[in-house]
Amino acid sequence: MKSQTTQSHDHIDPNSKEIPLDWFKPLEGANDSANTVVRPSLSYWKDAWIRLRSNYIAMGGLIFLILLGIMAIIGPYLTPYSVSETSLANQNQPPSSTYWFGTDNLGRDVFTRTWYGARISLFVGIMAALIDFTVGVIYGGVSGYKGGRTDNLMMRIVEILYGLPYLLVVILLLVVLGPSLSTIILALTVTGWVGMARIVRGQVLQIKNYEFVHASKSFGAKTSRIIRKNLLPNTMGPIIVQMTLTVPTAIFAEAFLSFLGLGVQFPFASWGVMANDALTTILSGHWWRLFFPAFFISATMFAFNVLGDGLQDALDPKLRR
Amino acid sequence: MVRYILKRFFMMILTIWIIATLTFVLMNAIPGSPFNEERTSNEAVQENLERHFNLDEPPIVQYFIYLKSIATLDFGPSIKKPNSTVNDLLGRGFPISAELGIIAILVALFSGIILGVLAALRHNGIIDYLAMTIAVLGISIPNFVLATLLIQQLAVNGGFFPVATWQSPMHMVLPTLALATGPMAIIARLTRSSMLEVLTQDYIKMARAKGLAPYKVVIKHALKNALMPVVTILGTLLAGILTGTFVIEKIFAIPGMGKYFVESINQRDYPVIMGTTVFYSAFLVFALFLVDIAYGLLDPRIKLHKEEGN
Repeated sequence: MKSQTTQSHDHIDPNSKEIPLDWFKPLEGANDSANTVVRPSLSYWKDAWIRLRSNYIAMGGLIFLILLGIMAIIGPYLTPYSVSETSLANQNQPPSSTYWFGTDNLGRDVFTRTWYGARISLFVGIMAALIDFTVGVIYGGVSGYKGGRTDNLMMRIVEILYGLPYLLVVILLLVVLGPSLSTIILALTVTGWVGMARIVRGQVLQIKNYEFVHASKSFGAKTSRIIRKNLLPNTMGPIIVQMTLTVPTAIFAEAFLSFLGLGVQFPFASWGVMANDALTTILSGHWWRLFFPAFFISATMFAFNVLGDGLQDALDPKLRR
Repeated sequence: MVRYILKRFFMMILTIWIIATLTFVLMNAIPGSPFNEERTSNEAVQENLERHFNLDEPPIVQYFIYLKSIATLDFGPSIKKPNSTVNDLLGRGFPISAELGIIAILVALFSGIILGVLAALRHNGIIDYLAMTIAVLGISIPNFVLATLLIQQLAVNGGFFPVATWQSPMHMVLPTLALATGPMAIIARLTRSSMLEVLTQDYIKMARAKGLAPYKVVIKHALKNALMPVVTILGTLLAGILTGTFVIEKIFAIPGMGKYFVESINQRDYPVIMGTTVFYSAFLVFALFLVDIAYGLLDPRIKLHKEEGN
């Protein structure tokens, strides 16, 4: 062995900087089974999915939400009634084979209205989450990445916005703008993005000092590339968790606003509006009018909450067992 | 410490000022004067009305009159209730709302902490699952749904409690329950997770090893430290309770501040909306300020004067 090495050294000119190729021969026996990859490699997302899948409660939430989404799309077409069709002859009918969820005080079909309500409530929730996501990621990303004085200033603004009472600002805006689907979403997101911005900023601040980001930088990657390819994918976990928790907050807020008379207006019907309308008749025993919207608000919030919890466990590498 | 308190105090004043200004700008952004809807008044009456509410002044003068009224805590007359001022409404409503809110937050704190501690001590046991099921349900069921459910089951069908209003302790049970369940659930979850973390610490093992009674270990050593996260979210919880009173007071017909606020929204009574919003916000921001300072005093690990560096 030793003689061989000295031999190869004799071949080269000590002044040459080139390394002879035969130095790079693989070690004998290096290609044996110990070094082969047995299992398929798991990406972060696959790994997270496997862990989420084994969490039955979170999966139950996910399946419920998928079914809800499907029913929101096709539900209103399963009955012959339209969402605002009134029928004087059929006021306050209890659930039956003709009216599956009963009818309200104007003879409108509660089943049809429930799935219309699902559309509105889910739309409000998802739009609020998406807008929060867009604004929060940009704001938090810039703040965290720039750092220094910019970060300081941007975070002061966030701190003040964070101190504003969320629902009071929303109510105030809606009183002025007038309640409608678009103004509700606008009001919910005016200060709603702040939480997302804080999370993204914290993550970016931490990740931007990791070695792989420095490596990327030293290879000459542009700022936009670093943000898109290095920072964002690694902050996605907490961002997604935050989004799944934003949706139920927005759905609750919308229902809450409906209770104050600031919800979506006729002819739309959200769950909150339906529950609020039903409230006055609760003493007359028309339980179905309150039960269905109230049940779906609660179940949807429950599903989003358990899904969010499950995602948090699945996506956070620190909780890996 | 003093500098930190001063800094927080300055932030608090700034936040209140921003809310006040925002409220003013928004209310002025509404087209037309508040009296346009009432067709009965003629020109002269209209002008007098506008002078009475200082609406004939240019906006910037109105703004300073408004700021002065906030600084002196005099929110002016109500438009829709000619015989009462905003202060009257606040004076009538606030004690009732405060009573409801304080009882609710105490109930939420005690039951939430007890539930959380029990769940942590019996980690992955039946009590744990039961407590966490209650907690997730409590977070998921909106307070107005819970309120109507309670009225239907316990007041109308059961007849155990009065249906509405705010007179005797029996009247207080259902509104308090409806208001406290959500915050209780949040406190229970938080207490549980922070208890679980604290219980693995070395000083707990130490306390156990030296033969301390189990309840002493839990209460004196673990709980004291586990409650810190609960203190941090007290401000948020307070905000939740406060906005919760709007619907709870509406549903139970409790003559508190929330009821007047909701009424003023539905009647577009702008001075009342402005006054109550600013009052609520100032109250909340002040509570957050107190919580921040309390947190600094309670947790010796936080060196407040170091935070000024950021």
